[in-house]
Amino acid sequence: MKEVVILSGKGGTGKTSIAASFAVLAQSKVLADCDVDAADLYLLLQPKVKKSEEFWSGQVAFIDKEKCTECGLCQEICRFGAIKDYFVDEVSCEGCGFCSQICPVDAIAMQPCMAGHWFISDTRYGTLVHARLGIAQENSGKLVTLVRNNAKLVAEGQNIDWIISDGPPGIGCPAIASLSGASLALLVTEPTLSGIHDLERALGLCRYFDIPALVCINKYDLNEENSRRIENYCYDQGVEVAAKVPFDNVVTEAIVQGVPVVEYSSNKVSQEIKELWQNILTRLDR
Amino acid sequence: MVISVASGKGGTGKTLVAVSLALCLCDEGQVQLLDCDVEEPNDHIFVHSAIGQSQPVLIPVPKVDETKCTYCGKCAEVCAYNAIAVLKQKVLIFPELCHGCGACSYLCPESAIAEEGKEIGVVETGNSGNVELIQGRLAIGELMSPPIIREVKKHINPTSEVIIDVPPGTSCPVVEAVSDTDFCLLVTEPTPFGLNDLSLAVEVVRKLQIPCGVVVNRVGVGDDKVEAYCQEQGIPILLEIPLDRRIAMLYSKGIPLVEGMPEWRNAFLKLFQDIKQIASFGVVR
Repeated sequence: MKEVVILSGKGGTGKTSIAASFAVLAQSKVLADCDVDAADLYLLLQPKVKKSEEFWSGQVAFIDKEKCTECGLCQEICRFGAIKDYFVDEVSCEGCGFCSQICPVDAIAMQPCMAGHWFISDTRYGTLVHARLGIAQENSGKLVTLVRNNAKLVAEGQNIDWIISDGPPGIGCPAIASLSGASLALLVTEPTLSGIHDLERALGLCRYFDIPALVCINKYDLNEENSRRIENYCYDQGVEVAAKVPFDNVVTEAIVQGVPVVEYSSNKVSQEIKELWQNILTRLDR
Repeated sequence: MVISVASGKGGTGKTLVAVSLALCLCDEGQVQLLDCDVEEPNDHIFVHSAIGQSQPVLIPVPKVDETKCTYCGKCAEVCAYNAIAVLKQKVLIFPELCHGCGACSYLCPESAIAEEGKEIGVVETGNSGNVELIQGRLAIGELMSPPIIREVKKHINPTSEVIIDVPPGTSCPVVEAVSDTDFCLLVTEPTPFGLNDLSLAVEVVRKLQIPCGVVVNRVGVGDDKVEAYCQEQGIPILLEIPLDRRIAMLYSKGIPLVEGMPEWRNAFLKLFQDIKQIASFGVVR
């Protein structure tokens, strides 16, 4: 089984449109939406939820007013500024439990948090494992790991060859949780100075975790000079630019229609994405 | 006044809006632009301020003095993040899991745990005319961006106008960046992705009880459901930016919209006036 994770550093470069297209193109696959903060892949794959589970993770402090003597020790030791006037601000509380440990009258209890939901769904293209992090919750990395682990279980159970993961933007906790241990990272970038800057950091993350990477320049014709800079940069870094996808409104039209772009259109965008998938197949079959 | 610029979805134009707002307002006085997208900070590409100062951001992680340690296991027991494991004759620390709460060190019965700073990133500052840029930068391979965002926000000078560029998403880094701001501007695009992630971002700002308004970017593609949603939810659309290849080209070269197309200045000044009114009176008058 091989796992391809689509990352970008910068948001909005086209990860989800490409992931949904791979869902169409791959023969035997499980889809995983690892962008649990702002999951959009389901909008293109139209899943029917088969299994829905709660995601309990972390804890939050609760002060029992009856017992509290307002000694103020908890406020003093909390490093997250989460206790003011003997009230816990649930959003700031990081659930460390320090306050509960030291409260002299045992007035603080730690309560578990329901931090989101995760789902296993059927789509026309295969099984999709996805999730929804609760609003303003922590532990998105743990939820990503849960999504990936369940995608693996499904793939192993059904002898499926590929896991295709749509990753989150950035290079922090959820990106790391999406990347570590994957077979290959596809880094989708765009020919803007921001795109280049963020690609460099995303590639740095792949190096850090020793995951092989390929680059796709999306909307490459919006600024061909920048696209050449990306190609030169990748050449210097020994990283292959596996596809250059042109800018085309059909990508947005497909999103509005709620279908993967390779099903919506057969123009140059779709051809490039098809070649990109072939490229990934050959690369991982080597 | 402190304005946060957020979106839920990445790549909708937060940086474009935050930078343009800051550059318009700096004619009137001091402006601080805080780049809290510390995983991928991009404002410095548009605001050419020489970074004058760079401060490391340290989080306290435990350091065990094994000459004092009795391997009682208290520290591992109180650590909510599994960042400490106590073996028979050895204490293992996993610094990347540590949130720096300090419980282990305080509660160690032998006082065998001290804390040492571990660098997880930097905060960099620089000036360009009246604009002071303060950006956080998470070190590659580090997990936790909120402590860096907290450090960036410590630089807020209440006598300046402050614009905060927020990271994408809806989880802890977003909450950290948006909290305690006077107004949150939500930048979206008129597509189902934009709408889905906008509605999540709206839930975040409502939970934090911060007034908000919307900027719709790339108007002309997609559909009109974002507009319908905003109307239904009573959220004002304060600015629309069309899908325009010239705007995309300026952005790609790192040129701020209000510099490359100065005709946009008035629109951003009006945006600021509207925000001020909503923040003080609750409505655009």
